[in-house]
Amino acid sequence: MAKTHITMKVNGAEVEGLVEPRTLLVHFIRENLSLTGTHIGCETTHCGACTVDIDGMSVKSCTMFAVQAQGSDIMTIEGVANADGSLSALQEGFRMMHGLQCGFCTPGMILRAHRLLQENPSPSEEEIRMGISGNICRCTGYQNIVKAIQYAAAKINGVEFREAAE
Amino acid sequence: MNDMTPTREQREAKLEGMGCKRKRVEDIRFTQGKGNYVDDLKLPGMLHGDFVRSPHAHARVKKIDDTEALKVPGVLAVITAETLKTVNLAWMPTLAGDVQMVLADGKVLFQNQEVAFVVATDRYAADDGINKVVVEYEPLPPLIDPFKAMDKDAPVLREDLAGKTTGVHGPRKHHNHVFEWTVGDKDLTDAAFRKAEVTIKEMISYHRTHPSPLETCQCVCSFDKIRGELTIWGTFQAPHVIRTVVALIAKIPEHKIHVISPDIGGGFGNKVGAYPGYICAAVASIVTGKPVKWVEDRIENLTATSFARDYHMTTEIASTKEGKVTGLRVHVLADHGAFDACADPSKWPAGFFNIVTGSYDFPTAHLSVDGIYTNKALGGVAYRCSFRVTEAAYCIERAMDILAQKLNMDPAELRLKNFIKPEQFPYHSALGWEYDSGDYHTAMRKMMETVDYAGLRKEQALLRAAFKRGETREIMGLGVSFFTEIVGAGPSKNCDILGIAMFDSCEIRLHPTGAGIARVGSKSQGQGHETTWAQIIATEIGIPADDIMVEEGNTDTAPYGLGTYGSRSTPVAGAAIAMAARKIKAKAQMIAAYKLEVHEDDLEWDIDGFRVKGLPEKTMSMKDICWAAYNSVPPGMEPGLEAVSYYDPPNMTYPFGAYICVMNIDVDTGVYKVRRFYALDDCGTRINPMIIEGQVHGGLTEAFAIAMGQEIRYDADGNVVTGSFMDFFMPTAVETPHWETDFTVTPSPHHPIGAKGVGESPNVGGVPAFSNAVNDAFSFLGSTHIQMPHDYWRNWKAAKDLGAVA
Repeated sequence: MAKTHITMKVNGAEVEGLVEPRTLLVHFIRENLSLTGTHIGCETTHCGACTVDIDGMSVKSCTMFAVQAQGSDIMTIEGVANADGSLSALQEGFRMMHGLQCGFCTPGMILRAHRLLQENPSPSEEEIRMGISGNICRCTGYQNIVKAIQYAAAKINGVEFREAAE
Repeated sequence: MNDMTPTREQREAKLEGMGCKRKRVEDIRFTQGKGNYVDDLKLPGMLHGDFVRSPHAHARVKKIDDTEALKVPGVLAVITAETLKTVNLAWMPTLAGDVQMVLADGKVLFQNQEVAFVVATDRYAADDGINKVVVEYEPLPPLIDPFKAMDKDAPVLREDLAGKTTGVHGPRKHHNHVFEWTVGDKDLTDAAFRKAEVTIKEMISYHRTHPSPLETCQCVCSFDKIRGELTIWGTFQAPHVIRTVVALIAKIPEHKIHVISPDIGGGFGNKVGAYPGYICAAVASIVTGKPVKWVEDRIENLTATSFARDYHMTTEIASTKEGKVTGLRVHVLADHGAFDACADPSKWPAGFFNIVTGSYDFPTAHLSVDGIYTNKALGGVAYRCSFRVTEAAYCIERAMDILAQKLNMDPAELRLKNFIKPEQFPYHSALGWEYDSGDYHTAMRKMMETVDYAGLRKEQALLRAAFKRGETREIMGLGVSFFTEIVGAGPSKNCDILGIAMFDSCEIRLHPTGAGIARVGSKSQGQGHETTWAQIIATEIGIPADDIMVEEGNTDTAPYGLGTYGSRSTPVAGAAIAMAARKIKAKAQMIAAYKLEVHEDDLEWDIDGFRVKGLPEKTMSMKDICWAAYNSVPPGMEPGLEAVSYYDPPNMTYPFGAYICVMNIDVDTGVYKVRRFYALDDCGTRINPMIIEGQVHGGLTEAFAIAMGQEIRYDADGNVVTGSFMDFFMPTAVETPHWETDFTVTPSPHHPIGAKGVGESPNVGGVPAFSNAVNDAFSFLGSTHIQMPHDYWRNWKAAKDLGAVA
């Protein structure tokens, strides 16, 4: 099948590649760019493990063609850490609040939470739950993911994080 | 001593040992997308394999034509049963003692069964190839209803078993019968029922569902022709078992097989068994001389690998008028699908279902299980439970509520009346188990006080009265569940897999500078072993957990272990870790005595080293002992500081817990709201409370899913109608309730650190809590038992059937 030349910005770096028109963006990211932190859980847009940030939106990269991302600005989990290599507030929050177990949903969950906090810097628990409802986690039961996002929001906003009483 | 000398508390804290909410080591890589999962692996020249699957539930395969497929650019080979027959691999043994087709051999027996394996240069080309393989089928009548499996005129499913009246578990009664398994004293139990003042009988079904971890099953196989070695990277919960299975069926010497389980994206029982994908990828690698990757997609995962449950349990309890139980009788119709591929210990065709007497002191009980074949996917795996323990707990917990209703007694009261008493432990159950320890009354009362059980019942009574007056359309249910689990398989006297005793193992090596590595036979799929195993070692030998690296999953380096499932890691591998650490400590004590010039008996352990009794300033830390182990050991002693332990547990462990679910249901829509869910778990000694709490949250969420909608359902033709996450209920953060957790601690008396295991308790105890809540809500309208799953439609239907909705 004829291949198409595409270019885009991924985690701040210009990248390019030759892909078939049918190549899914997630496969381009994982296989052509070798950025394997973006995962595939369902291939039907339900689970969100493949969530990346494209031009300021959360997108499930398993149901978008790589050619559709031509010219866009993408952030994957590999681009989330702070510039000095330390964990970002969200990454730290997930660790401190035990917001992950097997780690498979985590990259998509963090990318989604990143965009959520851009849109709503101080979300309520209900807003967080609704905001991450496109991402499935099989391990944690979400409760600690909610806390992880609250932890990150507090840290980014420079306020003290207080865990809600059970 | 000066001011800089750390206090005892500081030394203790630095270890981050048992009881500490240590943050997870794994998270550093997982939060940065640097986990190493199977599909992340890319080898030079690697090919991709994918399956042609059957659209039919039952059909004869007349012809497979791969001519056009082989013309597709990138397609290199199409493997069929005929190819596999040349290496004697068209069929393979299951862990349950049955055999299964690797690729369809003459017939297909369930929808999406593997028919041919297309090998191509990439996954897209493999898919193109699949579309060009032409298979000619002759449809046969499908057998879907398990209750019709043993009808006289039921279709013959397994032609390979024609004439075989005996299976691996004894006589077969019918051509679709797998086994019959009976436990307990039938005569005594029948007599108890004849004498009973009160009896109940109900057919309680636990529907078919699926573990469905977020990462599907997958592998990469690479055969090195020059060396004659096969390396398999795979999503294996039990890598050593996979290596042995491959050695036995592929006839490759076991030392030339390297099995590696890298990071695993959840397992929940789905990744214990061996699947056709592994065999086909291995054969494809041998045939092509290239590494071959096989990655299941979600639909394949839900429809072809390892369902769970599908138990239909006719349950009877005999009791006195006062509610003292006198007998239990259960018959199970167990739907195994097309092949019996349960991942149970080999001698246990229905797993540990004979834990069905639960937490209650039944003087006598009798259990019989009939396994049958149907045209559904194979399996019968333990989805987040010890083998068939979820089914047993659901059976008894539902039945106790039905008995309470018949006696007009409160279900909590009935349980308290029949609990095994603390002084009865170790307790010998009527169906053959020896419960190690428990204090059920304390746990139950703590639950009842915390949630104000009496107050909730009053509220329910008021709401029911208001409902009857027509003032509300909401009904309220309290789901009480008190489960006893049986985990930690298992003692070699009664547990093996393919003849291998179900021990587990640990090897610890301490390095000269006081750091070390522990290799363990278990395999984490998210449980956090790299974190918790180091905590056990830290407490046992005083080396900070941060200085211990834990490694699992590589069969070349890890000692042989039976893997992680059935909540066996802490009870078995956890014990091996403590025992290996104790061997190290014993040697360390000899080294310390030599260096301190005292007798060993004059030393005592003190947090992170030894001190001389009566001379507290004369000490030697473990860190210093590590150095000494490599340069100045006592004369005659070998240098080095390492130990291996293979631990064969003397008994299972028996975690327990008291759960309650408070739920309101709108009868007009069937929509429910979980108002409160409180889970008290007793898993014995607690290694990392943060991780335990996380495990409970996760297990409760899976229990919620199963009880309230998660089902693998077939239509009458054998089509799977719940084959994607659109139809198969996967709760999101919006549906998932808030969880309250609590605990009591009753250590296991026979476990080196007193731990019992917890990962599966919340699923075992959670499902009956949800189902009892729904059933309790409807009971005042006249129902005794409503089958799971309790989705909105079924709730509405129940209300309608009971006349509560016009």
